[in-house]
Amino acid sequence: MYKYLLLPLVAIISFCSLSAQETLITRTSSTKFYSHAPMEDIEAINNRTTAALNLEKGEIVVKMLIKHFEFENALMQEHFNENYMESEKYPSAIFQGTFTSKNPIDLNVDGDYDLTVEGTLTIHGVKQPLTAEAVITVADRQVSAKTAFIARPKDFDIEIPTVVVRNIAEEIEVTTELDFSTN
Amino acid sequence: MKPIVILVLFLTSLPFTNFAQDDLLSLLEEGEETEAEFALATFKGSRLINGHTVMTRRGGTLEFLIAHRFGRINSGAYELFGLDNANVRFGVDYGLSDNVTVGLGRNSFEKTYDAFAKVALLRQQTGKQDIPVSVTGFFSVAAKTLRSTSPEVELSFSDRLSYTYQVLVARKFNDALSLQLMPTYIHYNLVERPEQDNDLLSVGIGGRMKVSKRMSINMEYYARFGDQEQDDLHDALAIGIDLETGGHVFQFQFTNSRAMIEKGFIRETTGDFFSGDIHLGFNITRTF
Repeated sequence: MYKYLLLPLVAIISFCSLSAQETLITRTSSTKFYSHAPMEDIEAINNRTTAALNLEKGEIVVKMLIKHFEFENALMQEHFNENYMESEKYPSAIFQGTFTSKNPIDLNVDGDYDLTVEGTLTIHGVKQPLTAEAVITVADRQVSAKTAFIARPKDFDIEIPTVVVRNIAEEIEVTTELDFSTN
Repeated sequence: MKPIVILVLFLTSLPFTNFAQDDLLSLLEEGEETEAEFALATFKGSRLINGHTVMTRRGGTLEFLIAHRFGRINSGAYELFGLDNANVRFGVDYGLSDNVTVGLGRNSFEKTYDAFAKVALLRQQTGKQDIPVSVTGFFSVAAKTLRSTSPEVELSFSDRLSYTYQVLVARKFNDALSLQLMPTYIHYNLVERPEQDNDLLSVGIGGRMKVSKRMSINMEYYARFGDQEQDDLHDALAIGIDLETGGHVFQFQFTNSRAMIEKGFIRETTGDFFSGDIHLGFNITRTF
């Protein structure tokens, strides 16, 4: 009788548990965005991007606080937060998704693994589906990941007033580099 | 028995797949440090209307200010309701650091130069610590270079000086409303009228109410504790609108004061707002 219980029990327990060994976490990774428009180019970088990666399950979560985006121009940073992103109302941007790798990821084999990531991106309180190509690099059992995608302010209800329409691009290039090294 | 076991396994594992992703997010958030959440942009600029706000400039930022006050609206059509008669203040503000701003300016009214420094002492924040208000200390010295009208009166440079000290206390109540209290002390080296005291205490109160993302309605009032016997002098009252676009803040206002330096508008306002002694004015700032 007990052997019939053992298999389901083990299966259920392995589904529920999320052991720390399987999940890699970073709190000091970077995300930058670049807007190219006729009047000016704008870029900013967030060096306090956090992420959690579960290689076994193929899951990833990336979270960053909007107020941590650094601009060269302090006034631009203030406007970005106060007028465009409304960061007091929507303090963070989050991506939650899953990925599939063309080749299974082996921590013992150095190299680049190409992936397709699919999930939900939440910016300014608005959720949008996102599919992007990414690369996981394994070097000396250390994992890092990189991805780039396009985000449209319009999709996230970010209002661009007519007076600055030529200063802010309709499509923003976003690049995220995650470093899960445990050194 | 076997197929039922498999079915039970399958059914019980289903709810855990999404749960696992939220789990991942919770795991990430668990380790987040509590940070100081500063109140952002309590006011849109460094001036409320005539006077200063608690806001300092970021370190390394230069801001140009041009402020105009026209003549009195009740001066009639011949004077184009005061527009013919304008006085101007040019100024430059510079952030020595994120918390210290210094500035220089000149008001054509009475040809007065001013220099000031303001230091952010406390910043409103929640999170790591809860501080309910922002407090900024302000100090200004003004030198009136207008030549004396009476030839026998010779003024030394120090006679022309007055000093203003303020402790600006502001609170951002919510996204739309910020209020500020301005306890002020002004010292004149030389007063115009023999009955006047060289020192004046005043308390200002003001605030802004945002009506859209880039526009707000501002109000400022300075009550004087002194000079009560001077019937022609009134407390300064100003009402205005702030419009912010890109690197500029435009402020339009109606005020009973002509001067744009603390000692001028706080102590020397001769206009009675409710009798129509109202000056239209504007401030424009450009940040580099």
